[in-house]
Amino acid sequence: MSDKSPFDGVEKRASEGRSLLDLQFKFFCISVAAVSVLILVGLMTSILLQGIPNLTWTLLISGPEPNPSEAGIRPAIFGTLWVCSLCALLTLPIGLATAILLEEYQPRNSIGRFFYSIIQLNVTNLAGVPSVVYGILGLTAFVSMFGLFKTQDRDNGYEIGVRYYDQFFSDGERSIMVPVASSDSPVTKPSKEMLSLDSELNSVDVFIYGLDDPAPTESQLPYAIMDDSEPGRISKKSWYYFSLPLGRGVLTGALTLMLVVLPVIIISSQEALRAVPSSLRAGALGLGATRWQVVWNVTLPAALPGIMTGAILAMSRAIGETAPILIIAGIVYISRAPQNLMDDFTVMPLQVYNWIGRPQPEFHGIAAAGIILLLIILLSFNAVAVLIRYKLQKPLS
Amino acid sequence: MTQSAYPQSDNATMAELDPTDSRKPVPMRTLAAKPVDPESSGPAIRMKNLNAWYGDFQALHDVTLDIPANRVTSFIGPSGCGKSTLLRWLNRMNDTIPSAKAIGDVRLGDTDLLARTTDVVDLRRRIGIVFQRPNPFPKTIFDNVAFGPRLHTRMTKSQLHDVVEWSLRKAAVWEEVKDRLKSPALGLSGGQQQRLCIARAIAVGPEVLLMDEPCSALDPASTLAIEDLIFELRNQYTIVIVTHNMQQAARCSDQTAFFFEGKLIEAGLTTGVFTKPKRKQTEDYISGKFG
Repeated sequence: MSDKSPFDGVEKRASEGRSLLDLQFKFFCISVAAVSVLILVGLMTSILLQGIPNLTWTLLISGPEPNPSEAGIRPAIFGTLWVCSLCALLTLPIGLATAILLEEYQPRNSIGRFFYSIIQLNVTNLAGVPSVVYGILGLTAFVSMFGLFKTQDRDNGYEIGVRYYDQFFSDGERSIMVPVASSDSPVTKPSKEMLSLDSELNSVDVFIYGLDDPAPTESQLPYAIMDDSEPGRISKKSWYYFSLPLGRGVLTGALTLMLVVLPVIIISSQEALRAVPSSLRAGALGLGATRWQVVWNVTLPAALPGIMTGAILAMSRAIGETAPILIIAGIVYISRAPQNLMDDFTVMPLQVYNWIGRPQPEFHGIAAAGIILLLIILLSFNAVAVLIRYKLQKPLS
Repeated sequence: MTQSAYPQSDNATMAELDPTDSRKPVPMRTLAAKPVDPESSGPAIRMKNLNAWYGDFQALHDVTLDIPANRVTSFIGPSGCGKSTLLRWLNRMNDTIPSAKAIGDVRLGDTDLLARTTDVVDLRRRIGIVFQRPNPFPKTIFDNVAFGPRLHTRMTKSQLHDVVEWSLRKAAVWEEVKDRLKSPALGLSGGQQQRLCIARAIAVGPEVLLMDEPCSALDPASTLAIEDLIFELRNQYTIVIVTHNMQQAARCSDQTAFFFEGKLIEAGLTTGVFTKPKRKQTEDYISGKFG
């Protein structure tokens, strides 16, 4: 047993060299962070410089116009509101229920564990899928519904809440509407017996005359129609209009955004539920609570700040999603806010994209203003998330 | 409620406890004024040949023990000897651990505690548990104590208030919290939180109270307060304490069971086990030769 220690003859590293490396690494990290902040600041400044002069009341109030100084973003704002609130309404229950299932109801046997691992794997993978893919999926699954209805046109599928009319224009420049049974009905021929309604849907008497008949008098003019005039078919949709296939409406947009946002909400809710200490659950179980009572009374209230924060951040991501909406709805001329769940719509990022694509530089200016508006909405969402988290955590900790 | 889950009494009322209290009295059991004979009551829980595993590791070997009703029983032994495991099997808390398994005959009265068909929720109402670290819910003090009654019964607001006050008085914490029932429970000190957890467990009206090292996370003053509380509660509930502290077992309990490596080495009257232990292992442990 020699008394030679294993440390004899080992070469020592100079500590000055290690300190220098430490300093260099710190400097490298700082410069990289500074570069990313500078890029962000540069982008923000350019947007603000371009956009602030164009952030006018007109922008908020009006709809699309060919003249850039009169154009507005109002239909896009309402479209965003409709789509995102519908998306939140659909996603939160499903996402939260899935997270509760995965975290609180652990399976006992291997089949259950296998099932759970499949779900978990899918959720984690889908969180990273580019949102364009969800747009294509939404197109197949929601817009045309896998071709089940053999049409993308709404009138050839299944509909409720819509009435079709054949519209005549009388010689007195009034519109006369004749209700027809469905969108496939044959074209109405003008006749005295047809049920005629004016634009307020009150019954009126029409005066039909032919080529050989005398011209209508002054009093007959408002409701005079020639017997060979051809009507146009129009539809009046009520607020509860619903059709299958879903077509390119607000509901489809919301469902597609739901696909984008659901994995994120599931994962963040799972994290929030996991963060609840198991001693709380044990305490509730020890008092004789069933698993559902533990979840509802103890775990969910304790996890609520985290869940709400995750949900709000996920929704703020949904507001900025352009690609899936582009595929679903496309660039169409939308002049008003959506009227029912199936109505055409546009969202703010899409409107900005539309304007940027135009050649006139003034449109780029108001596009920048639209971007600023979008940023304001996103920042306020994040601020609300922080506030809610603060308020819910403070009284009980 | 026709059959109250709470300890009933013919003679004592809350007015006896606090003579200045003029509200409607809540019936409760008398506190015993005389010392109790530990042999005088039948078993509340009978255990025969209980074996328990965590996966492949056998934590309990053939444990046969009777736990007397309305007395304090303590489980002592070195770390890892299975006393906490045994305690947790008594109210099926080990159901939350998927690899835990137990075979044996354990009965509370007529109820087989280990059968899969037993209503575990009702079982846990009859056998309450207090954990090592105080774990009040992040709610108000009132809501913490009212949690149990709200789960199991339908009460009016005033009934609920009466039950909360009764439980907090029994747990000897009412005087300290009566002015702040609506403030967060997590704002209390450790000892107060543990007494709150005891109040919470009492509020559901159990027959048995299990305590898993209730004082190990507390300072000596709070420990003393809780030991006093256990002494006060001893004739109204069957209490089982797991403790590392032998002096605590000697102070608080009527019957002691000594465990080592998953086996029950010796069980008997506390005075007997501590002064005249029958087995050498017991004597070695008590005199501090190991553990």
